[in-house]
Amino acid sequence: MTDDTSTPATGWLDTRLPFLRPFCRHMARFPMPPVNLFWTLGACLLVAFGLMFVSGLFLSLHYQPDLARAFDSVEAIERRVPSGWLIRSLHTGGVSMLFAALYLHVGRGLWYGSYKAPRELVWLSGLFMMLLFMTTAFAGYVLPWGQMSYWGATVITHAVEAIPGIGHGLLVYLLGEDTLGGIALHRFFILHFTLGFIIAAVIGLHVLCLHGTGSSNPTLDGPRPDRTTRPFAPFHMVKDCLAVCVFLALFAVLVFFLPELLGELDNVIPANPLKTPADITPEWYLAPWFAMLRAIPSRLGGLAAAAASLLVLFILPWLDRSPCHNATFRPLVRVGMGLFFVAFFTLILAGLHGATPLWVWLSRLAMLVWFLVFLVVLPLSAYRERKKAGSSSRGETP
Amino acid sequence: MTQKHDASVPHPSLGEEGSLLPRPTRRTVLTAGSAVLGGAGACTLAVPFLDSLRRTQASSAASTQEEAVMDVSVQDLDPGAHKIVVWQGLPVAIQHRTPEMIRALEDPALLAQLADPQSHTTQQPREAENPHRSLRAEYGVYVTICTHLGCVPNYRNIQSLPASGGFFCPCHGSQFDGAGRVLRNMPAPYNLPVPPLHFVDDHTIRLGESTISPHYSMNSIQQL
Repeated sequence: MTDDTSTPATGWLDTRLPFLRPFCRHMARFPMPPVNLFWTLGACLLVAFGLMFVSGLFLSLHYQPDLARAFDSVEAIERRVPSGWLIRSLHTGGVSMLFAALYLHVGRGLWYGSYKAPRELVWLSGLFMMLLFMTTAFAGYVLPWGQMSYWGATVITHAVEAIPGIGHGLLVYLLGEDTLGGIALHRFFILHFTLGFIIAAVIGLHVLCLHGTGSSNPTLDGPRPDRTTRPFAPFHMVKDCLAVCVFLALFAVLVFFLPELLGELDNVIPANPLKTPADITPEWYLAPWFAMLRAIPSRLGGLAAAAASLLVLFILPWLDRSPCHNATFRPLVRVGMGLFFVAFFTLILAGLHGATPLWVWLSRLAMLVWFLVFLVVLPLSAYRERKKAGSSSRGETP
Repeated sequence: MTQKHDASVPHPSLGEEGSLLPRPTRRTVLTAGSAVLGGAGACTLAVPFLDSLRRTQASSAASTQEEAVMDVSVQDLDPGAHKIVVWQGLPVAIQHRTPEMIRALEDPALLAQLADPQSHTTQQPREAENPHRSLRAEYGVYVTICTHLGCVPNYRNIQSLPASGGFFCPCHGSQFDGAGRVLRNMPAPYNLPVPPLHFVDDHTIRLGESTISPHYSMNSIQQL
């Protein structure tokens, strides 16, 4: 299993751990198509996840998942644990950085058709990971046991009650008691902690899937297709490093200069089960689905719509079977995807604003766009493109 | 010791024909520079994480200072009996010795078995550097934390001379005599420490304060 570049030291390792060196070589010489800067978001996400993982581990050394002590232990982390304020800022600011990069990463996949065959598993493992991240973020937000933690968790767990028949029983089973209390808090902590490790494993799976098929090539559908590939190291590695540097610089600005920009003031008030805060506001990265729950005048309907909005992404590779990938060269999809991005942004804003008629109606409109783009525009465009490709290929080879 | 360069011999680092090192390319320099900077960044990032493991500052509510000085009444302690009190989180054994126990502590047969019979190692204040290792011969007071690895020895007579009393550590079998002196060839290296103390009256021991050696404290001893 050795090759010409092995030294005595690496040769020793090669003999005993034979998959390591081929794997490293595969990573370093991984042929990369001529991708643009949007393909560096994965590296940023990896760095963001690493920081979340490490800061989370260190926070868990000081956090106490106990009804009476959770809030105080978080306060102690902020005020008395040496450098605790910095580690917590990294963790609470990191989640916003992570989701910003995550949504851009998914948006990149949508625009450039990275979900298509043969990359279905890359797309599905990524979406699965996104759901895990959302669950982890939600569970983590409960842990400080402030007013927003408590009432956010109350609202979301009661959404489970909307499931017909088993709803209430399931809720009590998940909480371990009738109301949101100490048992549930402990479960949220263990869930949050464990999901970090599960996500780490799914990241491995995601990267493995990618290396099976290779990165998608954004130039293939254009007027000048470029099929040249370059090894990942050093060309794309350096590019990733540059993107990570910029990402970390923004991260540092958020952590050091704007630590309270994305925090909710209500969450520095200890949880009070008898007083709901005046306006319940979700974190921005979960705001779209919060807006959906609110826009549908039915408890089960809201839950179903929010779930369907995510599920529709899972069947995307089969909804859009056009041979064409890049939305830049698909006029209909270009407009559709543009509208979807606007709709997504609108839903974030709607979730962060009060439930006024304007925002509720904007949410409904945005949801309509969301489903129309994926269920109508994409399949329609794919149908037309397949027909065109079929006729042109028949024309070329009579 | 100045050395003159011969212009005809190329300096190795210049990477001329037949040199030892290749000429560093622009890429080598940039790669090495980035790696060094990145490594420095990673080390800097590690600082707050390692910092957070330091002792947490006590909150004002939790900082209930334990009494540095504690009075213990020995009125109820009959000759031959002993009791354990907790002083500053340390277990302290107080024994009321019978005259024959005091005599047994000076038995040459016992002294021959001890590692430090004369209490040369500073495990006690000056006033306890005597055959009975205590301020008053009738009362032996010892911090019962084994000097081996910190377990708490039980009060139990040593087998070789039961009359002297003794302590036995359940963890690794170290034996001490009734004056807290460790026997030879035991895992524990030192005698049990004697806390600073003085007698307020005949029946009250004040732990934490010595009138004869005012500077003696648990920080003065060789090993707790």
